[in-house]
Amino acid sequence: MERVLDMTIQEVRELLRKKEISSVELTGFYLERIKKYDGSLLTYLRVTEEEALEMARDADRRIGQGEDGPLLGIPLGIKDIFCTKGIETTCASRILEGFVPPYDATVIKKLKDRSFVHLGRLNMDEFAMGSSTENSAFQTTKNPWDLSRIPGGSSGGSASAVAAGLCAAALGTDTGGSIRQPASLCGAVGMKPTYGRVSRYGLIAFASSLDQVGPLTRSVSDCAVVMNAIAGYDPMDSTSIPQPVPDYTELLGRDIKGMKIGIPREYFIEGMDEDVKRAVRESLAVFEHQGASLVDISLPHTEYAVATYYVICTAEASSNLARYDGVKYGLRIDGKDIIDMYKKTRSKGFGKEVKRRIILGTYVLSSGYYDAYYRKAGKVRTLMRRDFDEAFKACDIIVTAVSPTTAFKTGEKIDDPLTMYLSDIFTIPMNLAGLPAMSVPCGFDGSGLPIGLQIIGRPLDEGRIMQAGYVIERERAVKKIPDTLR
Amino acid sequence: MKITKDVVEYVAHLGRLELEHDEVELYTTQLDRILDYVDALNKLDTEGIEPTSHAVPLDSVMREDEVRDSIGVDSSIRNAPERKETFFKVPPIIEVEE
Repeated sequence: MERVLDMTIQEVRELLRKKEISSVELTGFYLERIKKYDGSLLTYLRVTEEEALEMARDADRRIGQGEDGPLLGIPLGIKDIFCTKGIETTCASRILEGFVPPYDATVIKKLKDRSFVHLGRLNMDEFAMGSSTENSAFQTTKNPWDLSRIPGGSSGGSASAVAAGLCAAALGTDTGGSIRQPASLCGAVGMKPTYGRVSRYGLIAFASSLDQVGPLTRSVSDCAVVMNAIAGYDPMDSTSIPQPVPDYTELLGRDIKGMKIGIPREYFIEGMDEDVKRAVRESLAVFEHQGASLVDISLPHTEYAVATYYVICTAEASSNLARYDGVKYGLRIDGKDIIDMYKKTRSKGFGKEVKRRIILGTYVLSSGYYDAYYRKAGKVRTLMRRDFDEAFKACDIIVTAVSPTTAFKTGEKIDDPLTMYLSDIFTIPMNLAGLPAMSVPCGFDGSGLPIGLQIIGRPLDEGRIMQAGYVIERERAVKKIPDTLR
Repeated sequence: MKITKDVVEYVAHLGRLELEHDEVELYTTQLDRILDYVDALNKLDTEGIEPTSHAVPLDSVMREDEVRDSIGVDSSIRNAPERKETFFKVPPIIEVEE
């Protein structure tokens, strides 16, 4: 069964179809790996073993009846941010402990309609706020390549579990890099689709104008397969885009001759690891060798991205998180009156980073500061979108590093929020502009830590991004699962 | 210093948070530093630029006004920490003077 770790989901589906393996066996294999390795990696908040085996038995029944489908019987891990009927969903927060959603998020429903297997709930930064998964109220996930280091965040549990082979693939969310940065730091493929490409219905909201759902996988092919399943218009999400979904697997393996690749000069910054720069340059050489041409471009407002983002995302978060008041779900701490009850509940239920962002967001929205901060940030966001509009006149995709450094040590940045925020400098601009972008593994640094390449596309151009990512995956042939986990 | 302890305490109140003494100290220092960094935005001339609130153009979405299935009252309130019959139960909001 070990061989499935090196196979694509399409290849594993072939084994299931031919009945060489069953979904129950496949699910058992992943459950065993979780038991063996997750005690030290801490990627899962809760393993839903019973549900998983029941779903696997159901999938085997369907396969027996001749049913087919790209995710039928495939075990996936789910970031603990997607409402899932009957399964505790906490967003890694004490304030939602014990919350059992009465409905399924649209993406969960889509996966269920395709008879996937729900392995369990993956750890994350509380309410998806963070870049290291250290802000989880419950546990700190480790990087599978070096247990003393963080896996990135906020989808750190998803990235680590995928890279460690503790699920076939996982769902994550990306508000400022929360899929791409952990994918890069753990050596997984991670896609943040175009804003509106995947429904956010049932996704617990952090910053609604930036949040987007996407897959974390061990291959570009798997990324395409999961994207095929989750993308598309949803009447329950008024921001979802009413456009048909192409078959994302179709462009994989097609050559990239004549593709124009933009290299933004602002994305080689001071303080960047030399090994990261080298891996990006070598990947650009691969593209050139395969017949693409490189174009120098400029995204002049890049240096303002982090400041813009932290005004907008905290403002939206302070408003979204007002719903946690001890009345409708989760924690309640009694107080002398209702305001006191709100305050005690929220102060006990939220962690440090969440409180910091509520305070900052409340401040930038407060009377007298709204124009200076929130409105100003909205205007700069317009300038950043125009940067990309201009750049895409000269190129088809843009290629950069995902993160200026490889995975840092647990505890290294946790007491310095601004330094932590700055580690997202290369991923934030795409959320502000709503553009699709992917992290694909492209090498390792001198200490054996993974490096991700970021490929950015025009709105709804995920197919072309994956076409280019597939070339990097094939030509760079980066190792996927650490030897220590074999 | 743009941010004082009084400001942090006032904003925390608006956000319905009650901070410990050391949290007020910590957030005052950290938020001052973050806002100092954010002030770089003021270097940019944004006169006449329309702010972006969403990256993609949004249209109002309409649907027929038809009755559809919903999850129902019991499911809706099942997660409430305290409830009575079909209601959420909360502490008194308006005190009646005797």
